[in-house]
Amino acid sequence: METEILARIQFAFTIAFHYIYPPLSIGLGLLMVIFEGLYIQTKNQLYHTLCRFWTKIFALTFGIGVVTGIVMEFEFGTNWAVYSRYVGDVFGSALAAEGIFAFALESGFLGILLFGWNRVKPWVHFVSTVGVFLGSMFSAVWIVVANSWQQTPAGFHIVGEGMQARAEITDFWAMVFNPSSVDRLTHVWIGAFLSGAFLVLSVHAYYLVKGRYIEISQKAFKIALLVATVFSLSQLLTGHHSADGVAKNQPAKLAALEGHYPANEKADMYLFGWVDQKNETVSGLKIPGGLSFLIHQDFDKPVVGLNAFKKEDRPGQVNAVFQFYHLMVSIGMLLIGMTLLASFYWWRGKLFDQRWLLMLFVPSVILPQIANQVGWFAAEMGRQPWVVYGLLRTSQAFSQAVSANQILFSLILFFLVYALLLFLFLYLLNKKIKHGPYDESEEEDRPMTKDISDAITG
Amino acid sequence: MTDKFIGIDFPTWWFLVVGGLFSGYAILDGFDFGAGAWHLFFKKEQSRRLALNAVGPVWDGNEVWLVIGGGALFAGFPVLYATLFSAMYIPFILFLVFLIFRAVAIEFRGKEEMLWWRKMWDICYSVSSIMLAFLLGVVLGNVLQGLAIGDDYLYQGAGFFEFLNPYAIMVGVTTLSLFMMHGAIYLLIKTEGKLFDKLEGLLKKAMIFFMISFTITSLYTLLYIPHLSDDFKAEPLLFIFPLLTFLSIANVPRLASKKRYKWAFFFSALSIGFMLALVAIELYPTLLLSTVSEQYNIDIYNAAASTKSLKIMMIIVAIGAPLVASYTYFVYKTFSGKVVIDDASY
Ligand code: HDD
Ligand code: HEM
Ligand code: HEM
Repeated sequence: METEILARIQFAFTIAFHYIYPPLSIGLGLLMVIFEGLYIQTKNQLYHTLCRFWTKIFALTFGIGVVTGIVMEFEFGTNWAVYSRYVGDVFGSALAAEGIFAFALESGFLGILLFGWNRVKPWVHFVSTVGVFLGSMFSAVWIVVANSWQQTPAGFHIVGEGMQARAEITDFWAMVFNPSSVDRLTHVWIGAFLSGAFLVLSVHAYYLVKGRYIEISQKAFKIALLVATVFSLSQLLTGHHSADGVAKNQPAKLAALEGHYPANEKADMYLFGWVDQKNETVSGLKIPGGLSFLIHQDFDKPVVGLNAFKKEDRPGQVNAVFQFYHLMVSIGMLLIGMTLLASFYWWRGKLFDQRWLLMLFVPSVILPQIANQVGWFAAEMGRQPWVVYGLLRTSQAFSQAVSANQILFSLILFFLVYALLLFLFLYLLNKKIKHGPYDESEEEDRPMTKDISDAITG
Repeated sequence: MTDKFIGIDFPTWWFLVVGGLFSGYAILDGFDFGAGAWHLFFKKEQSRRLALNAVGPVWDGNEVWLVIGGGALFAGFPVLYATLFSAMYIPFILFLVFLIFRAVAIEFRGKEEMLWWRKMWDICYSVSSIMLAFLLGVVLGNVLQGLAIGDDYLYQGAGFFEFLNPYAIMVGVTTLSLFMMHGAIYLLIKTEGKLFDKLEGLLKKAMIFFMISFTITSLYTLLYIPHLSDDFKAEPLLFIFPLLTFLSIANVPRLASKKRYKWAFFFSALSIGFMLALVAIELYPTLLLSTVSEQYNIDIYNAAASTKSLKIMMIIVAIGAPLVASYTYFVYKTFSGKVVIDDASY
């Protein structure tokens, strides 16, 4: 029991930390492709400066994403041995494809993206940037497919019994396109685009508020605003699709998302609320029959609730799942509101006069980050008590050979190392932002100045 | 398990794929761990920067071989992946932590001018490189000896430091010395001037260090771990492999003394490949020997994924490998030649 809890805490901690960075890398990748594409098209030096500035920040997020990601891969074997044996045959192939098609593409071209500015032709550099971006998109594909298979298994059969039982693949494409993978993949991708776009919005809003780098920041802000507006609206759509899928494939999870207990009655939708798990009630502001309407387009149709499942077959932390889910949706609505408002002022040609609005955008980078985290927490905690939905329980999946002490040791170690990583990341990010895209005392981008100071001290 | 492709069954094919990936990983990350291990021997800031930028554009790509190798092992032999990784819990966790420190050191070292900042990351970089090479050897040493695996593929040892036995330490030190030799040659190819002169001296030391530790470990293996030479005794023809390995290793000092470092690098890479091939021949078809009872051995058949899954993955590899090879070649070509520090360098 203790080993199980520790293993779960460690996995949740390390993946949540990992997941701070991939969305930023994917999202910044998209914006870098846009900036560099515009540079190639227009030959405007301004885009070149933007591109180099954001590449440096990208390098930071990418580096931490890679090392924390390797931890995730190995953790399957070290901490979840039974699970690895059980699922290896099915989504081992997805993981192998990820390595070969995605990570290799990403890291292969990364060298050129970061160090190749003076070594290759501009279009070759652009191709490398696109390569890195596509690589990061692909790595999301395979890992989310693997996770979706755990949520809604398909294309397999079970072989063997007891500890030797495992799922074997029968149909590769049915595994890849399992019922939830497409909905979740688009949702995850867009969540990542929003992370990147809001980082760019935040930083350039900060410059605008401070009155620095005006011209370049106005350009960058508009481009990122366009991306953010389009994707915050589409995120509502993909989120709705996901919820539809959950209602069909994981009814116990859906019930937990809205705290719906009655076995088979009409279900309300809460704007916010609190689940009393003891008395199995929810209090808060609700739209009566809202959930019934979303799922059946009818306010009175019944929805399967938690009481339709045995206690040991439904998620334990209903309130947590409820809160995480509602926080994500509220943030989604807030993002839509902010971007639509800003777009409205842009359309009226008064965007950069609204100092208060720009000030609102400065801290906004945190919003998609939170939504991404709580989204995963809702999806993964709502899947409990199963590791593989309906097939393998979490309580059976951890490594029998590893002791609680060993996990405690590694958990503390990771905690310390990650705290240091986060600190360094924030420190350097802050430094890069303070330093800005180019040296303000110079008329134009003069990257060579840095080299001279290096030569003196070095 | 009757399904075959060109007369070889699929688990064996996958054994070759995984073996190839791990050899590639050892050769590639081997030189950058080795280069890192020497880092504190360079005293001047300029030398350290040059050495760091010699691995700058490629180390991340090298590490991807670990990611793919790990993925391939998980996919092809899930049973082995689960048992080995949970049995070797502590060394793997330490390996991950040092991998993080090393990457961070490379990334962050050049981000501040302060002397103490750079010194701190230099130490971090070098110590993690040394520990990573050592830990890889330690895990290999444990695999060579076999582990206490019981029923249901469960590892029965439990001691916190059980992985740190004398033989494992010996293999660990040998691996470190091998990588240091390999890394010194790589740096010789990438540098010139004072640093180059210094490295020539260091390479001599590295070769002596390697020869001594390699000889001791080999003798120990022959004397005390007899099961590791059974196959060779049973099939004299296989002796060609140890012979080739020996010739390949001997070529390294020969070419180094002639200052033909590119060829020396080729042969040190080849030696790493041959040594792992020796291990593979000895083990095959066993992957992990149980010291409890032979019936609990994990081999390529009881550990393998289904034939269907292996077939799918062979297709993935067949499509992916040429792609990876072509852009890897392109990247190495872009950054070939001696290191030049420019405004994008670390
Ligand atoms: C939405 C996408 C996504 C998700 C859900 C995850 N990752 Fe990740 N991962 C990436 C997207 C990504 C990425 C964008 O591709 C990274 C992050 C930063 C980077 O540079 O590559 C990456 C890096 C990365 C690496 C290093 C690859 C390299 O060397 O380039 C590994 C081994 C993993 N991840 C493994 C995992 C595992 C086992 C996960 C889940 C349990 C996981 N990732 C969740
Ligand atoms: C990257 C974003 C992800 C986040 C933030 C995330 C979050 C979480 C959280 C919070 C838990 C703990 C749940 C609990 O114990 O109540 C968990 C467990 C787990 N997740 Fe995820 N997850 C992510 C992606 C994945 C992916 C892509 C996979 C598989 C390929 C995966 C597989 C697992 C497994 C095996 C566990 C442990 C067993 C369990 O508790 O269910 N996760 N994850
Ligand atoms: C706007 C309204 C939104 C709705 C209705 C919505 C709906 C959902 C649903 C139902 C799930 C669970 C899917 C499953 O378990 O299979 C989910 C998961 C998730 N959401 Fe949202 N979401 C919204 C906004 C957002 C926003 C703005 C972000 C991030 C910027 C986000 C990020 C995530 C992530 C990362 C997951 C976990 C991965 C997954 O399961 O797809 N969501 N969302």
